[in-house]
Amino acid sequence: MSDAALVRARRPHWHWGWIAPPVLAAALLAGICIGETRIPLETVIKVLGARIFGMDLGVDRIDAGIIWSYRASRAVVAACCGTGLALSGVVLQALLRNALADPYLLGISAGASTGAVAVTVAGLGAGAISLSAGAFAGAVLAFALVAILARAAGGGPGMQAAGVIVLAGIAGSQLFNALTAFIIAKSANAEQARGIMFWLLGNLSGVRWDDALVAVPAAFGGLGICLWFIRALDAFTFGADSAAALGVPVRQVQVILIAATALVTACMVSMVGSIGFVGLVIPHAMRFVVGVRHGRLVPASALAGAVFLIASDIISRVLIPGQVLPIGVITALVGAPAFALILIRGGRGT
Amino acid sequence: MILEAQDLGWSVSGADIVDGVCLSVREGETLGLIGPNGSGKSSLLKMLAGIRRPGRGQVRLDGRPMADMGQRAIAQNIALVEQQADTGNRITVRDAVELGRTPWLSALQPWSSQDDAIVGRALDDVGMGHMAGRYWHTLSGGERQRVHIARALAQEPRILMLDEPTNHLDIHHQLSILHLVRALPVTVVVALHDLNQAMDCDRIAVMSGGRLMDQGAPDAVLTETILSEIFDVRARFLTDPVDGARIMRFQSGDRATPGIAAGRATTPDFPYLAKTKVAT
Repeated sequence: MSDAALVRARRPHWHWGWIAPPVLAAALLAGICIGETRIPLETVIKVLGARIFGMDLGVDRIDAGIIWSYRASRAVVAACCGTGLALSGVVLQALLRNALADPYLLGISAGASTGAVAVTVAGLGAGAISLSAGAFAGAVLAFALVAILARAAGGGPGMQAAGVIVLAGIAGSQLFNALTAFIIAKSANAEQARGIMFWLLGNLSGVRWDDALVAVPAAFGGLGICLWFIRALDAFTFGADSAAALGVPVRQVQVILIAATALVTACMVSMVGSIGFVGLVIPHAMRFVVGVRHGRLVPASALAGAVFLIASDIISRVLIPGQVLPIGVITALVGAPAFALILIRGGRGT
Repeated sequence: MILEAQDLGWSVSGADIVDGVCLSVREGETLGLIGPNGSGKSSLLKMLAGIRRPGRGQVRLDGRPMADMGQRAIAQNIALVEQQADTGNRITVRDAVELGRTPWLSALQPWSSQDDAIVGRALDDVGMGHMAGRYWHTLSGGERQRVHIARALAQEPRILMLDEPTNHLDIHHQLSILHLVRALPVTVVVALHDLNQAMDCDRIAVMSGGRLMDQGAPDAVLTETILSEIFDVRARFLTDPVDGARIMRFQSGDRATPGIAAGRATTPDFPYLAKTKVAT
């Protein structure tokens, strides 16, 4: 390939944007159609037509209920969670310059779970704090703890810190998962609350349209912030000092982006529990496809994250007939080998 | 004065890394920053480049305190080539140089054909135009350093700062990088280890223990006394018969172990050859 062709190939190709809506729509439709009972595409389209455009297409009320209230909301929230978690991975990997950074591995998801459980199950804040706010506080606390631990262990912000911060993340995850389990086990009304498995592995079963009202703004807000900062994210390629020399207000960008990451992760965790590895697998896979520049990596990861989580949700529903697996089981089955692959490649950013 | 440091200081847990440095950089000159390891050159450069906030004192750019300027405005004036900045990302040479346009772009100011032209020119200036499509991890040390300089040039700075740009390079690459830097029509502040290379600067500033010991023309600053006091070496000045340039030759100073300094002179030049001769 000539240099000129290479240059053209690496420009942000906004006209590829037209791919996103049909791919996303196809994934959402698949998420709605496929399940324990397979619903014909025609019925799904009729129900969606009736609900969204108010058309009277003579659809069965039970079908309509299943499709609209359960499957559609579930697919939409799955897509949003996938987008949010994948973008969180992109941001953390760029800012920490660490190929293994991911909200799950760094303990942010575990912290969000603990925060959510502390509010809902243990009744922290006596109703004054919302579930998402509790999860956000937990996520920020967990990240701060992991960052302090990594720094104390001599990690620093450099590339050598790759292993140290992941070890700190593992310690953080274990601690917060233990706290979550402890709070649930201690609580008298544990049966009413979502179980330990939910918070540790994630589950989309309880999701309704109310959740989409939080998930959709969180996902689009996260995408908007990432797109706003694509040049700053690129500027971290050679480290924080280099980013500063390129005119990036490093501290300010770090605070905004890490707070946004924690907030998006917290929103998602408070709805579906902590789903692992999405933030690790998707950005790495997308770097293979579109390259490392964030102008293309951010939109590609947002789309791929959505599709991946919808697909994982479908698999979790159909893999064992009559039983729904926690979605985190599926993402981990894909994510753990990907983690191993990245480790073998020497922790280099693909 | 394009850049002025006033009583600049920076310390880490009580230890002064840079202490009371007053330094001015004139428009268009090449200022060499020299000093032993750990004398505070890199820290001083980072403060002058506006990427580290001084603990004490201030830096003025065109008479304006840098603390009042945004990071972006500083980067539109000053570019810094750090020592050994590396990445594990799979980026190409052109990607790396395009980063230099960051201070001139924003989310609302997209990439233009003018940016393309500037990046192309910067690549050509360092002789890397033909390697634009190569991946970073396939480059040699000298090529990487050239790409870093191209990135700094793409920033279109008025002041270029370089932290030991010839470190770890072979002599050919050292000379070509210094030649390249000297030919640039910008103000240059460069930290150097090789004192003979520093002789080619317009002015030299000598750092030791975080303090600025002297500054001025190379001939005036690099004297036997200063070299002995600061670098702990004895220097003799030789003259190149071809162009009359002054060259320094160094020997270990008084504080070094005498045996080491004398060692080389007393060792036979080719001891193993002598042995071979005996064997035959």
